[in-house]
Amino acid sequence: MVISVASGKGGTGKTLVSVSLALSIEDEHVLLLDCDVEEPNTHIFIKAGFDLLKTVNVPVPRVNEALCVHCKKCAEFCKYKAILASKTTVTIFPDLCHGCGGCAIVCPVHAIDEEMHRIGRLMHGSTANIEVIYGELEISKPLAVPIIREVKRQISNDSLVIVDSPPGTSCPVIEAVKGSDFCVLVTEPTPFGFHDLTMMVEVLTQINIPFGVVINRADLGDERVWDFCKSKNIPILLTVPYERRIAVSYSKGVPMVVDMPEWKEKFKDLYKEIKRLLNK
Amino acid sequence: MTQIVVLSGKGGTGKTSLVASFAAIANDTVVVDCDVDAPDLHLLLRPSVLKVKDFYGEDLAFIDKEKCIKCGLCIQNCRFNAINSDFEIDNLSCEGCGVCSIVCPTQAVTTVKQKAGEVYISKTAYGLMVHALLFLGQENSGKLVTMTRLIAAAVASEQRKSLILIDGSPGIGCPVIASVTNVDYAMIVTEPTESGIHDLKRLLELLKIFSIKPFVCINKFDINEENTKRIQEFCELEKIPIGGKIPFDPVFVDAMVNGKTVIEYARDSAVAKELTNIWSKVNAIINNKKEE
Repeated sequence: MVISVASGKGGTGKTLVSVSLALSIEDEHVLLLDCDVEEPNTHIFIKAGFDLLKTVNVPVPRVNEALCVHCKKCAEFCKYKAILASKTTVTIFPDLCHGCGGCAIVCPVHAIDEEMHRIGRLMHGSTANIEVIYGELEISKPLAVPIIREVKRQISNDSLVIVDSPPGTSCPVIEAVKGSDFCVLVTEPTPFGFHDLTMMVEVLTQINIPFGVVINRADLGDERVWDFCKSKNIPILLTVPYERRIAVSYSKGVPMVVDMPEWKEKFKDLYKEIKRLLNK
Repeated sequence: MTQIVVLSGKGGTGKTSLVASFAAIANDTVVVDCDVDAPDLHLLLRPSVLKVKDFYGEDLAFIDKEKCIKCGLCIQNCRFNAINSDFEIDNLSCEGCGVCSIVCPTQAVTTVKQKAGEVYISKTAYGLMVHALLFLGQENSGKLVTMTRLIAAAVASEQRKSLILIDGSPGIGCPVIASVTNVDYAMIVTEPTESGIHDLKRLLELLKIFSIKPFVCINKFDINEENTKRIQEFCELEKIPIGGKIPFDPVFVDAMVNGKTVIEYARDSAVAKELTNIWSKVNAIINNKKEE
C-alpha cells in the first residue's frame, strides 16, 4: 500500500506526520520516500547512516560540430529554449533541457547524440524496520520532477510505502502523489492552510486519489477547515494540538513519537483508519 | 528600481505574513506574489483586480483518432510515458515537447497551446499588487513566475515605483530560480528548527551561485534559542546580515483570521514594532548600496 502525505501550504507538518507514522508502525516493514527533493528533511528525523543510492541524470543533447550544418532545426524544435543556434554556433543549456530527445530526431545530419547530465541524487538509509530513501536536487538545478520520478521507482510491492510530498499544488506534487492508494493531507486551521487545502482537495479529486485530513496546530485559527471537511464529508483522521513541547522537539529534529511515545497509538490508529477506509 | 525577494527554503516559516506586513509598512511598493503554486498573499492584502492577463504554459499533445493508424511510434518515442496503449494522452504527464507530432507518419498528432493560468494586476490599500494563479496540476510554474515578474516590472516603471517586493515560494527549484534571477536582494525568513537550518543552507548556496545578496530574518526565534544562536553564528561567519528576530506570537494567526496584516491588526504589538525595525534596516541596506 502506498500512502502519500501532502499539504499544499508548506510547513503544515507533512514531514512530522510522515516520520511519526513510519515510526509508529512497528510490525511491518516501511519504506519512507522523501519526494520533497528541493528541501528533503526526513533524514533529519530518522536516525540512520545515509549512503548514496544512485545519481539522477537526464539525457541532454551533445552536438557534433563536425557534422552540424547549422540549419537551426534543433533550436526551432526545442520548446524549452535549451538550444540556442546561430549561423555558426550551437549552444546547449543543459539545465533547461527536459530530455525529450526531439532535437536528435529532427537533426537532418545526425549531428546530435545525448550525454547524461547530473541533476541530483538518491540517498538511502535504514533502521530496524524502516528504509528511508530521499531524493536531493542538486543546488541550482531547476527540474525536480525527474528526481521525484526516480525516488518513486524505488517502490516495491511488499512493503508499506509512505511518500512525503513537496509543498505546492503543481507538477512536483502530482508526480509525488500519483499512484498512491491514499493521500493524507496535513493542514492547519488558518486561512492560508484552509485556502491551500481546498486547492489540494481539487487536485486529488481530479486524479482520483482517496484522501483524509490531519489537522495540525488544531487549536489555532478559525473554523473554516473544520466546516469545510464536514460539509465535504472529508474524514478528519487525526488532530494534533499546538503544544510548545511538540514544536520544541520538532525544532531539535526529534520526532514527536520519540519524545512523546503516547502519540504512537494515535498514529497507529491513523494507519488503521486509512486501512478501514480502503477496506484493506 | 530595487527588487527584493522573500524566500525561506522550508515552507511555512512566515514569508507571506512578513511580506504583507512590509508592504503595509512601506506603503508604496509594487508587491508581487510569486508563490504561484499556493498563493496566499491576497488573503491578507485583499486586492481588487484591475486587469487580467492569460498565461500559456506548455503545449499539450492531441491525437486525431481519425488520422491515427495506431503504429505506436508516438508511444515508443515519448520519454514521459504520456501516451497509453489506447493512444490517449495523459495530460498530467505530457510535457508538450512535440516529439510525438514529429514522429507521427500520418500527422495525426498536434500540440495545442494551453491556457495554464492567469496574472492579475490589482490595487490594494498599500499600492499595486501583481499576482498569479496557476491552474491546478499545471506545469511550468517557473515560466509563470517569470511572466508575473515582467508584468510587475512594467507596472513599477510605468507608475514610477522604486521598490518591488516579491513573495517567493518554498524550495530551491524552478519557481524559486525564476524568482531570484536579477533581483537585488533576497530576504530569507527562517526558523530555528533543524529542518529550517538545513533548508536555509541549501537556499544560501543557491543565492551564492546567482550572486544575490541575502539577509536573514529569524522567525519564531524563541521556539529554540540555542538553534537561533547557531543561525546567528553561522550568518556572522558567512558575513550575512541579520535583519531581525521575531518571536512566536499567535497574533500572526489572529491577524490572518481577520484577513489583515499584523501591522493593521495590532499596530502597537511587539511583533509589529520588530517588523518596522526590520524594514528600516532593509531600507538602510538599500540606501547604503545606492550611495556606494
